[in-house]
Amino acid sequence: MTIRFTEDHEWISLDGDVATVGITTFAQSQLGDVVFVEVPEAGRALTKGKDAAVVESVKAASEVFAPVDGTVVEGNQAVVEDPSLVNSDPQGAGWFFKMTLASPAQLDGLMDQAAYDAFVEGQH
Amino acid sequence: MVTETDSPLLTTPLNALHRELGAKMVTFAGYDMPVQYPLGVLKEHLHTREQAGLFDVSHMGQVVLRGDGVVEALEKLVPGELKALKEGRIRYSFFTNDQAGILDDLMIANRGDHLFLVVNAACKVQDIAHLTAGLPGIEVEYLGDDRGLLALQGPTAAAVLARFVPEVATMPFMSMVNASLKGIPVTIARSGYTGEDGYEIGIDGARTEDVARLLLAEPEVSAIGLGARDSLRLEAGLCLYGHDIDTTTTPVEAGLTWAISKRRREEGGYPGDAIVRRQLAEGAARYRVGIQPEGRAPAREHTEIQDASGQTVGEVTSGGFGPSANAPVAMGYVTAANAAVGTPLSLIVRGKALPAKVAALPFVPQRYYRG
Repeated sequence: MTIRFTEDHEWISLDGDVATVGITTFAQSQLGDVVFVEVPEAGRALTKGKDAAVVESVKAASEVFAPVDGTVVEGNQAVVEDPSLVNSDPQGAGWFFKMTLASPAQLDGLMDQAAYDAFVEGQH
Repeated sequence: MVTETDSPLLTTPLNALHRELGAKMVTFAGYDMPVQYPLGVLKEHLHTREQAGLFDVSHMGQVVLRGDGVVEALEKLVPGELKALKEGRIRYSFFTNDQAGILDDLMIANRGDHLFLVVNAACKVQDIAHLTAGLPGIEVEYLGDDRGLLALQGPTAAAVLARFVPEVATMPFMSMVNASLKGIPVTIARSGYTGEDGYEIGIDGARTEDVARLLLAEPEVSAIGLGARDSLRLEAGLCLYGHDIDTTTTPVEAGLTWAISKRRREEGGYPGDAIVRRQLAEGAARYRVGIQPEGRAPAREHTEIQDASGQTVGEVTSGGFGPSANAPVAMGYVTAANAAVGTPLSLIVRGKALPAKVAALPFVPQRYYRG
């Protein structure tokens, strides 16, 4: 299983042909208490860097971008019903959607765990 | 981040304490202010509704007006009933311009030998200039950044503050006294911006941190940031200057005519009085209303509002998630034909029309002290 990260603080984890996408522990800590989540419908085509989902805290709305090109397989209804999962388990039960990849090689352009940790460190 | 000017950030007397408490700091009205503490906006909001929250509002402008005829003079700038304002009592009012637009909203207290004003941080420089120009012969004293202001808000605020100053327990809502808190001279007003019972405490800047630490040491009290201050006042249906009211909105449109007495409606004598009188008689073209989205998606400021036929009828001026309402809540202006409670509306959020209704304000019951 490969996990990669974007500069917009999404994570993408590839298992076989299907990748799971969410926002990072750092991202949820910056957002604060999540009160609303909108996830994409199965079958929707996603474009790398474009809107894929929405996450809102008490104060503000943020977009979740597609880390790579592909097609949505499933949106996580559990986070729609209980948005606080994004805070309590952002890189587990708080995932946003699953997708198939149009071009798996795009993952190579994203950060690995060590690179992302250094990137977050540089944000302080 | 781009700030409005390159001028250095202003700080309140509690800046070091905010950092010690782990606050996330943001720039607000030129001040380095805590938007939230480690508790987070949601829990800070709920804590204030259940216990007591301590807010640093030292960035707001505290102004003293002195001189013969000060009451009559200030009535020329605001539509508030000041002649009937008894000593020790506070009135909410607003500065208006010739078009009846609102220049700022403020609190005015009659302190016997002077009037005491609290104005918004973002407006205070222009307010002081406006007062100085508009009140010839009246001394306008800005208490400056040497003065602290703390708000203690919530259902246990009275019990907490009465441990230090017993007489505050039975102070009427919208009254103000001088007091001594552990030997520190303070002004105490029973007022606030959360919809809860509570107080606003004016303190010499050098002693503000001492008072804050005394109050924070009480088990009911948590430090609360600007994030929760905003969600609390929105649920309470209270206007935020620069968002829900500004120079383009009149008191009639904003639903603030309760703050204009019968005498002042009839006599006028403040900027824009003819427009207010006409709008009171004929109705305004639009009104500020509460808006209840039907789903879970918040509608933020500037969200377009449409009527049932898809016509644009207004815009959201404050919107977010109400932690106590446990639902999205908003306020905005809609055309008069769409302003009745229950009117169905659509909110255009990310290109989609989300159903909503005009709702009665406030979203949560106000719990001011009524004796």
